[in-house]
Amino acid sequence: MAQMQTGAEGMQSLPALLQRNAAQFADAPAYREKEFGIWQCWTWAETAKEIEALALGLINLGVNEGDFVAIIGRNRPYLYWSMVAAQAVGAVPVPLYQDAVAEEMAYVLGHCGARFVIVGDQEQADKVIEIQDQLHQFEHMIYLDPRGMRKYDHTQLHQFSHIQDQGRAAHDELIGELNKRQSKLDYDSTCVMLYTSGTTGKPKGVVLSNRNVIQSAKNSAEFDHLTQGENILSYLPMAWVGDFIFSIGQAYWCGFCVNCPESQDTMMTDLREIGPTYFFAPPRVFEGQLTNVMIRMEDAGALKRKMFHHFLAHAKKVGGDILDGRPVGLMDRLKYALGNVLVYGPLKDTLGYGRIRVGYTAGEAIGPEIFDFYRSLGINLKQLYGQTEATVFITVQPDGEVRADTVGVPAPEVEIKIDDSGEIHYRSPGTFVEYFNNPESTASTKDPEGWVATGDAGFFEEGSGHLRIIDRAKDVGKMADGSMFAPKYVENKLKFYPDILEAVLFGNGRDRCVAFINIDLTAVGNWAERNNIAYASYQELAGHPKVLETIRSHVSAVNKSVAEDPMLSGCQVHRFVVLHKELDADDGEMTRTRKVRRRIVEEKFDDIITALYDGSEKVSTVTEVTYEDGRKGSIKATLTIVDADVKPGAVHKVAAE
Amino acid sequence: MLDNSVSYVTDDGRTIGGVVMEMKNITLRFGGVVAIQDISFDIREGEIRAIIGPNGAGKSSMLNVISGFYVPQEGEVLFHGKRRPPMRPYEVARQGIARTFQNIALFEGMSVLDNVMTGRLNYMKTGLFSQALWKGKAEAEETENREVVEKVIDFLEIQHIRKTPVARLPYGLKKRVELARALAAEPKLLLLDEPMAGMNVEEKEDMSRFILDVNDEFGTTIALIEHDMGVVMDLSDRVVVMDYGKKIGDGTPDEVRNNQDVIDAYLGVSHD
Repeated sequence: MAQMQTGAEGMQSLPALLQRNAAQFADAPAYREKEFGIWQCWTWAETAKEIEALALGLINLGVNEGDFVAIIGRNRPYLYWSMVAAQAVGAVPVPLYQDAVAEEMAYVLGHCGARFVIVGDQEQADKVIEIQDQLHQFEHMIYLDPRGMRKYDHTQLHQFSHIQDQGRAAHDELIGELNKRQSKLDYDSTCVMLYTSGTTGKPKGVVLSNRNVIQSAKNSAEFDHLTQGENILSYLPMAWVGDFIFSIGQAYWCGFCVNCPESQDTMMTDLREIGPTYFFAPPRVFEGQLTNVMIRMEDAGALKRKMFHHFLAHAKKVGGDILDGRPVGLMDRLKYALGNVLVYGPLKDTLGYGRIRVGYTAGEAIGPEIFDFYRSLGINLKQLYGQTEATVFITVQPDGEVRADTVGVPAPEVEIKIDDSGEIHYRSPGTFVEYFNNPESTASTKDPEGWVATGDAGFFEEGSGHLRIIDRAKDVGKMADGSMFAPKYVENKLKFYPDILEAVLFGNGRDRCVAFINIDLTAVGNWAERNNIAYASYQELAGHPKVLETIRSHVSAVNKSVAEDPMLSGCQVHRFVVLHKELDADDGEMTRTRKVRRRIVEEKFDDIITALYDGSEKVSTVTEVTYEDGRKGSIKATLTIVDADVKPGAVHKVAAE
Repeated sequence: MLDNSVSYVTDDGRTIGGVVMEMKNITLRFGGVVAIQDISFDIREGEIRAIIGPNGAGKSSMLNVISGFYVPQEGEVLFHGKRRPPMRPYEVARQGIARTFQNIALFEGMSVLDNVMTGRLNYMKTGLFSQALWKGKAEAEETENREVVEKVIDFLEIQHIRKTPVARLPYGLKKRVELARALAAEPKLLLLDEPMAGMNVEEKEDMSRFILDVNDEFGTTIALIEHDMGVVMDLSDRVVVMDYGKKIGDGTPDEVRNNQDVIDAYLGVSHD
């Protein structure tokens, strides 16, 4: 397919790109959303009209240039339009995580001083109403889904479609103002403000300019040869920078179609129906799908199961090489082609990856087996490394140079240097403008020359020039005997087991390491069902002796492989507990993007850590939990502490000082 | 007592209309057993009316009288002011009455969508032959009815199980599918037989939310039987309390809560 980004040169804002798309790809689909069981579609021309009506409505409502407009809800075309409309009127869109509890929202809304909030439904509206007394600048709320909203006091509350209607009615009167405001937008205007979830401290508002967003979108689209014909499924949180770049930045640059699922629960069905050509998911989605496939194959007939495993073994042997264009023998190619007809093709269709050209995973390390599984099927799954402050892209893996253990080479126009302590720094067109109202943090993160410290430690691999990430720089520590402590390395090895959802390693400054483990309820629950193990709750399953035995075998296997690494053999897990609850963002133990907040977990479960070190066999603990609606409760548990097999670190060397 | 013909507005802004259904001195006997004894009460348009009582009080029998499944030996049922003759279940459905069952009564082997579609049966006019051919009118009719069904599916948030066979669903979801089927019939009067039975707290909260939303969004009149006093008191506009086939209380949740007979029936009294 021809590259079709012509005419986009010199476009310096999203509204300008929208005009280009509306003119050039008028009848091509821009948005689809499944509603009432049918995929509803809007073309670029229709989208431009909808956004214009909304923008006029916002002016009519009193939105001024420089105002902040918060947007909260699940991925829906209307909310994407809201972001572009907010920019069109000179305001700054601020998307929020929809699963945040009211207090978290209060902080962000108060910090940016949002005058306007656009919400998806009653649930989000209720949260904002709950905290509105704390928000001095808050004036109006616009809601999308009118269900349950009829009886609310409507002096400050407006239905989305009414705002658009008012905008249309005031068209002649306000269009001049809208055009004037739009024409003022340039590369230095703020495109969006995104709050970083932050593994430590309060969230920070990352200000991204049009230059950041459009240049990053352009470079990455060219890198992967994205065209106007792509289809993506937008299901990741709108407040996350990745979604903003894929579903808005690249979509507007290329003019491709953004598809929104019917609800969070239907994502897998919708994925299959859309069959995206370009796909992005955190490792846990791929892990979950693989687990599902394997579980379902266990239930399949003997013939199917045999065929599946036979061809999968073949794919494992040659699939990756075929994808990377390396030489593969004719017979193997023929057999792979047959496998494609019998197994790989149907499997990819079932997963929704039948048409995929480029797939990315990022955010966390992905297990090599999982990564290779998808690649061996012929799915071009790659890894990238990035962060909000970089407008996503720092490094990416080029086609044909994809490996599970690196994150690729510097993305186009990105410069990278690694300082003496091993921390990665970068400079790129995507480098953020500033942290909003926080000059100290801005100065400590970004130096005057534009170099940004990532906080991650890593190194370039000799020969390939690929970047490898070791860990968060501040998480890397030293054990009591001076050997290196890199928790992520061990945690990832543990998490590659389907039974283990999350692991947290402790041991900085101590003489040995201990770990917390969360079981994966899907995988372990399925295993329990198969083995006739009855359980009433997550807590009971997590404490079952047989589960502990299984996890113990995983931990011991990980210890064995860790022991082989001369630098890290001190990081073997001596003792561990399987936690009685899942680490959860609602309890502050994880970020909204599901990264463990190590310090908070360490403080909160201090009693368990003490027990892990003092040799006790059991520990009783009470943990406070927060329910989805913000109420608090507590759970009591007595946890069994398990000793794992530890290999003598044969080559255990004390790192040279 | 309120005037039957006059409508009024509740505290939360809903309009409650005049009486739609009136039970007059109903007595129902099974052989020598008197299940219901001389009970009278009414159901007003747009209200949520609960019937509560201890086990064996005759609640389900009462609901079956309302739905026309049982014909009482004495007394009469007035629907929109007219005396209702004995009817077959489908005739009741055509009058705009739909119900759910205490023990879920779904087609286990069929998908959720097909189950909910059966709720539209009364709106399907084309014959067997044209349905089989699925041309012209039959096709248009299905599309039309599917739209209604999809709105219900969206309303009850069961999109993710649209194509799932009912047999594979957990209990709480089955209850919701049953409610969906009843709603698909676009009833004026919805009868719910223990909608929260066997549910956990979270499922009860969800179900309560849906019941309130149905009443609020569509203005559907709802009569329900329920064990869980907390839920009933929160949901209902008016409550009838039964014990051993007799009515021992009738009024707003507050009135009923303070009624000594009701307290005795629930907490028990010493017989000395």
